[in-house]
Amino acid sequence: MNLLNTVLFLPLAGFLLALAIPRSASAGASRVWALISSLGTFAASLGLLAWFDRGTGGEQLAIDVPWIATPNIHFAISVNGVSLWLILLSTLLTPLCVLCSWNTIKDRTKEFYAFLLLLEFGLIGVFLAQDLFLFYVFWEVCLVPMYFLIGIWGHDRRIYAAVKFFLYTMAGSVLMLAAIIFIYNKTQTFSYPAILEMLSSGRLTFPASEQMLLFLAFFFAFAIKVPLFPLHTWLPDAHVEAPTAGSIMLASVMLKMGTYGILHFCLPLFPAAARACAPWISVLAIIGIIYGALVAMVQPNMKKLVAYSSVSHLGFVILGIFSFTQPGLDGAVYQMLNHGISTGALFLIVGLLYERRHSLEIGDYGGVATVAPWLSVAFLITTLASIGLPTLNNFVGEFLVLQGAAIANFQWAVWASVGVILSACYMLWMYQRVFYGEVSDGVRGHIPDLSAREWAAVIPLIAMMVWMGIGSQSFLPPVSQNTAVILKQTNVNVSYRVQVEGKPKTAEVASAR
Amino acid sequence: MPVSPVFNPQDALRFLPEIILTVMGTLLMVLDPLIHRRSSPAFGHISLVALLAALGGSVYANSIAGPAFGGMLKVDGFATFFRVLVIVVGILTVFPSYRFLARQEAETSEYHALLLFSIAGQCLMAASNDLIMVFIGLEISSIASYVLAGYLRDDKRSNESALKYFLLGSFATGFFLYGVALIYGITGSVNLTVARDAILHQAGDSTLFVGVAAALIFVGLAFKVSAAPFQIWAPDVYQGAPTPVAAFLSAGPKAAAFAVFLRIFMTAFEPIAGKWQILVWTAALASMCVGNFAALLQTNIKRMLAYSSIAHAGYVLVALTAQSETGIAAAMFYLAGYAFMNVGAFAAVTVLTGKGERYQSIDDFKGMGRQQPLAAAMFSIFLLSLIGVPLTGGFFGKFYIFKAALESKLVWLSVLGLLNSAVGAYYYLRILVVMYMHEPGEAVESSEALSGSLGIALLLPALGTLVLGIFPGWVLEFASKSAAIMK
Repeated sequence: MNLLNTVLFLPLAGFLLALAIPRSASAGASRVWALISSLGTFAASLGLLAWFDRGTGGEQLAIDVPWIATPNIHFAISVNGVSLWLILLSTLLTPLCVLCSWNTIKDRTKEFYAFLLLLEFGLIGVFLAQDLFLFYVFWEVCLVPMYFLIGIWGHDRRIYAAVKFFLYTMAGSVLMLAAIIFIYNKTQTFSYPAILEMLSSGRLTFPASEQMLLFLAFFFAFAIKVPLFPLHTWLPDAHVEAPTAGSIMLASVMLKMGTYGILHFCLPLFPAAARACAPWISVLAIIGIIYGALVAMVQPNMKKLVAYSSVSHLGFVILGIFSFTQPGLDGAVYQMLNHGISTGALFLIVGLLYERRHSLEIGDYGGVATVAPWLSVAFLITTLASIGLPTLNNFVGEFLVLQGAAIANFQWAVWASVGVILSACYMLWMYQRVFYGEVSDGVRGHIPDLSAREWAAVIPLIAMMVWMGIGSQSFLPPVSQNTAVILKQTNVNVSYRVQVEGKPKTAEVASAR
Repeated sequence: MPVSPVFNPQDALRFLPEIILTVMGTLLMVLDPLIHRRSSPAFGHISLVALLAALGGSVYANSIAGPAFGGMLKVDGFATFFRVLVIVVGILTVFPSYRFLARQEAETSEYHALLLFSIAGQCLMAASNDLIMVFIGLEISSIASYVLAGYLRDDKRSNESALKYFLLGSFATGFFLYGVALIYGITGSVNLTVARDAILHQAGDSTLFVGVAAALIFVGLAFKVSAAPFQIWAPDVYQGAPTPVAAFLSAGPKAAAFAVFLRIFMTAFEPIAGKWQILVWTAALASMCVGNFAALLQTNIKRMLAYSSIAHAGYVLVALTAQSETGIAAAMFYLAGYAFMNVGAFAAVTVLTGKGERYQSIDDFKGMGRQQPLAAAMFSIFLLSLIGVPLTGGFFGKFYIFKAALESKLVWLSVLGLLNSAVGAYYYLRILVVMYMHEPGEAVESSEALSGSLGIALLLPALGTLVLGIFPGWVLEFASKSAAIMK
């Protein structure tokens, strides 16, 4: 059996077995099962890392099995240098989500963990799918468990947030479905590699106006998911109302479905339209960066603050992608991973604080560092990572994005870097108000330090922040190879450097157009 | 084609499902005085046996496919598809009826007899290739359904439902018959094949009348499938009718009417396709918009499902607008998926409504996920399928329909239709919200444990929905083949 199948279907098997756990079994049974099954998936995905051939770019470990005869739909999956890391991110975060939900989810535990595993299945599927139809299927499959996670286990306004989340995504994705069907009617295939092949050989061309509409249909669906300003309004609601595990999965992985979609589908399929829209999209991204940061600054609610900081950070990703430069794309992908790690950790620790104090308001805290020093240290490292302190992960990504943006248009880089400064303001200010100062009454005696289980959830993320900050060469080469292929497909005339095992090697890109 | 006076045994075999259903229906009525108990499940069992036999009969009839009774009937893949479909709808209706009738302490023999007659009429509609046969089938089916809608005769709403259905229904049948008369006047025949040739070879002055005839027949059938602007009756009728009957009405007669719709418009009226396309286009868009937007405002769950069924009729009309073989196949597939998910959804409603159908409000479903986990889970599958979430039959149905529409370059209709389906998601989600995200209310607390027959009534359609959603291939292939040879 192919390893990709194992990684993809283990969570599904976990989901089905979790459903089969009898109601009479204790709540502990389902969470132990969820932990075992998600750790198993993570182990399998580490195997993916070993099997992935770093020497060659492009899609690897492909599986292609016919699923439905008419229309010709295949179960086609494969992994590339970008999706590899996103899958690892999903499989790493799922067991951590199980750990951090251990004691907080008391109601309907079985269903909670079942939905979490179903979500993991959908997310991995999105990153693996190489058939446009299959991609759409997984895209929608992710929607349902997240809807229930927010709606059942969320906070007070959970229903509003869940419905808003579902409808926003649905509205975007039906247009993408129309575009997918349109492409199928034109090409008679859903196979993404086959369509790319037709495009590169010139057997398939999208005339300018048609290409623009198709691009917008895809982009709209992805931009809602990212979310790109001004389509971001579902995000603060969903993040604030979701339970901790839901916020983590939503911020760390689900938002990347949008950026991955843009990178993997929009750019290669519709290069001309994408580049025609690039200035507009970049401006929206920069507005998002600054707007998100400014709104984050004035939030009295910690989760809302982190949610708006996501809007700001994802703006960097979009800016990097639409710079159409090698460092820009690399940085965007790296930033996708960084944001997954550091924002995941932020939501995790905010969730731990909520578990102790039952409040998300910054004003209810103060002096936490005195009573829970280790928790504060963990949060400090995460904060610094999120700000983009050198030696921690976000610095690398932001640097590359700004470099790419500066090549494309220097002013964009200048404006975007304002966002970096602002991020330091709102994060440090929040840190100061929550962790320093007088120990408030609600905090004293209510906030124990991290337990062993919580350490187990936090440590992997902090380790990753440091590793990704100082050892970016462990991660970037496969990414660069893949982004180089994407740039080549978009006919950008650049030369780029790929480092394989320390030996710099310069490759030329066809200077088309 | 003159009707042959010689009786051909093959004709009777091709007519087998209708024969079985009629005989068994009559048998049920004869047995009524013999089995004295008021709410005996025995009649339900007989009804099931009859339906299964009819199912076998349809499959057998397909193996000796061909015209029957001098071309008045035409047993082909298309007819078989819809015969099987309406019989399956019948089977799915019998299961929730057991518990429902027992709970209301209602007579069971007449109920099941009427159900069988109605299905016999629908089978006849599916197989007829002659406008008079269509009319007879339509009447057999409708008259039985009028009575079924008013089956709980002590219930005011049920009476209102039956009366409305009857008055408006007969009015619409009048339109249909008027159209048939015009066609006979123009072409000299009521046989669809003959009429088609006549229309093809006729030039000039009579095209206007053919158009008028098509419009009249369209009105009659649009009423039967509850397409806007002829949908006014549906919410009242579905709300007042006994819930399993509402399930049946929303799937069975609708599927049969669509079968006739497709058959007439894609054979006899195909030569003037350009003329009626705009008619169907408008009705499709209007149905989707009216259905989805009106459903947003409903508080009664049966009314909401009624409006949703109007919207779904709109989706099927989109497939008809495409005027292609893929469009016909898509419509067939959609109706199959729709039958499972909608009958299932109504069956899930019966779990809670209680004696006298007291609990019909959407709020009564609060906390269903806690007290009735299995029923709520199955209901969720039906709702997700109605929304059109992948891996359910409803999704593939929509997918095929909009694929066919885009192939026929109906870009605007497709985009508006898809956006409509996003609007639709809202009201289906509302039920999911009350089922899972609220604490149980009175209706749920007082609900009885799920009985065996009701469990089957939920599991069967759920299975059907999922199978169509994961392996849609063989149903679609059969539909495509039948669509190709229909003309």
